[in-house]
This record gives sequence, structure tokens and C-alpha cells, in this order.
Amino acid sequence: MSQRSAVHATFVIEKHYPAAPERVFAAFADPRLKARWFVGPSEWGPSEHRVDFRVGGRELSAGGPAEGPKHRFDALYQDIVPNERIVFTYDMHLDANRISVSLTTIEFAPADGGTALKFTEQGVFLDGYDDAGSREHGTRLLLDQLGAVLAHGDAAH
Amino acid sequence: MLNSQSALDLMFQALADASRRSMVERLCRGPASVSELAAPLAMSLPAVVQHLQVLEASGLVRSEKVGRVRTCAIQPAALRAAETWIHERRLFWEHRLDQLGAFLAEQGDEDKGRTP
Repeated sequence: MSQRSAVHATFVIEKHYPAAPERVFAAFADPRLKARWFVGPSEWGPSEHRVDFRVGGRELSAGGPAEGPKHRFDALYQDIVPNERIVFTYDMHLDANRISVSLTTIEFAPADGGTALKFTEQGVFLDGYDDAGSREHGTRLLLDQLGAVLAHGDAAH
Repeated sequence: MLNSQSALDLMFQALADASRRSMVERLCRGPASVSELAAPLAMSLPAVVQHLQVLEASGLVRSEKVGRVRTCAIQPAALRAAETWIHERRLFWEHRLDQLGAFLAEQGDEDKGRTP
């Protein structure tokens, strides 16, 4: 049974690169440079990648392991401040299922002779994982946690 | 605003209260109406509804109104599945941004090679 759900979440990733913000920004802005690093794991087969880096432009990246599922990243650039900030929205599909819609902000700042990159994603994560095995595994884990909490609660009385 | 940690935090906060735990225990046995949930508890219906709202916000419980009756059911899979997504998405970006770091290092070396 497929359950409808919409869970909102935010996560932040912070990185430091020993390269000037101009170089780090260029690795996002120049499609030839971006193609050098914006790729899936080596075990994935050939992938599709198209970038139109301008406000209102799209980026598409699709690929996945040979046995599936196909991951499809479809982005729309919303705001670009050279060497400082990139904002885009994107959705992610696994095969035919849209699993999330996100707003992503990447900020670049000079730090310690290099660049501090702050990646913030705010998203809505949709409909859970439509894989019976994982779902069952996840549910069992959660029920174990629930059990532990309930046991702890009882012990406190 | 939830983040990937606080989705679990919300769930544990929801379970930190004895009344809410008893509601969850009841719902683990099957769906129930709000008045059925309230029956064994020494509290007003509005108070039960408030606890229910906390449980719903945590993703543990979902309720649905059919006619005049609101039925509540335990909903663990949706939250766990979302946690899985969020974790996988973070890993996806961590991996790509590490590849960016490797690329920048390689590019730096190429530049040094060109300018003796």
C-alpha cells in the first residue's frame, strides 16, 4: 500500500576548500567544470547532464546504478550572485516517483585563505520509500525505538 | 521547521509524556476514535485533542475525520521513510561536494604544472 506523506526538513552541509571563492564558484557556473565533479558514484553507468547556468535556467542530471532506480535531478536557478551565492529549486525523482521538492542555497565566503561553502536545503520529502523491504525494515526499527522509549517511561514511574 | 535531527526529536518529545504514551500504546493495538482514546484518561476532551496534535506533529499518529468521528491511527512508516530520504539526500550532496573538493585540488595541481 502506498502511503501519502509530506515531511518538511532542512539540512545544512558546511565545507572548506583551499581555493578562492572565484574558483569554487566557477566549478558550479562553468558547465565543463561542473561535469568534472557533479557525477554519481563510479559504479553508476553513463549519466545525462545538461546545465543552463543563469537565473531561470535549468539543470538536469540523470543516472543511477545499472539495476536501477534511475535518479533524476531537475533544477531551476532562482538567484545567482557571482562568487557569493546560488539559489535553486529542484525536484528529485527515483524512476517515476517524485520523492522530494527542495529549495537549495549555496553560499560562498572567503575563509582561511580558501572558501567556506554553506549548503542549505529546505525540502518537502514525499510519500516515503515505496520499497516494501525498506519500509518494513524501517517500521521495525521505529517500533524497536518506540519499545525502548516506552520501557524507559515505565522504568521512570 | 524540522531538520533531519528534530524529526526524531519531535517524536521523542511526543513520547516524553505519560498520557501521550498511553494514547500511542492504545493505537498500537489498532485505530481508535478521539473519544475512545479519551475514555481511559482523566482529562477533558480538548486536552486529549491537544495531546493528539503533538502526536500528529511528530508524524507518529495521523487522524482522519469521517462524518462526525475523528479516527486516529499509528503512522510510523511515513516518518521513518522520510528520515531515510533526508539521510540519503544529505549523503548525495556530501558525496558531490567531496568530489568538488577533489576536483579543485586536481585543478590546483594542473595550474601549478602550467606555471613553473
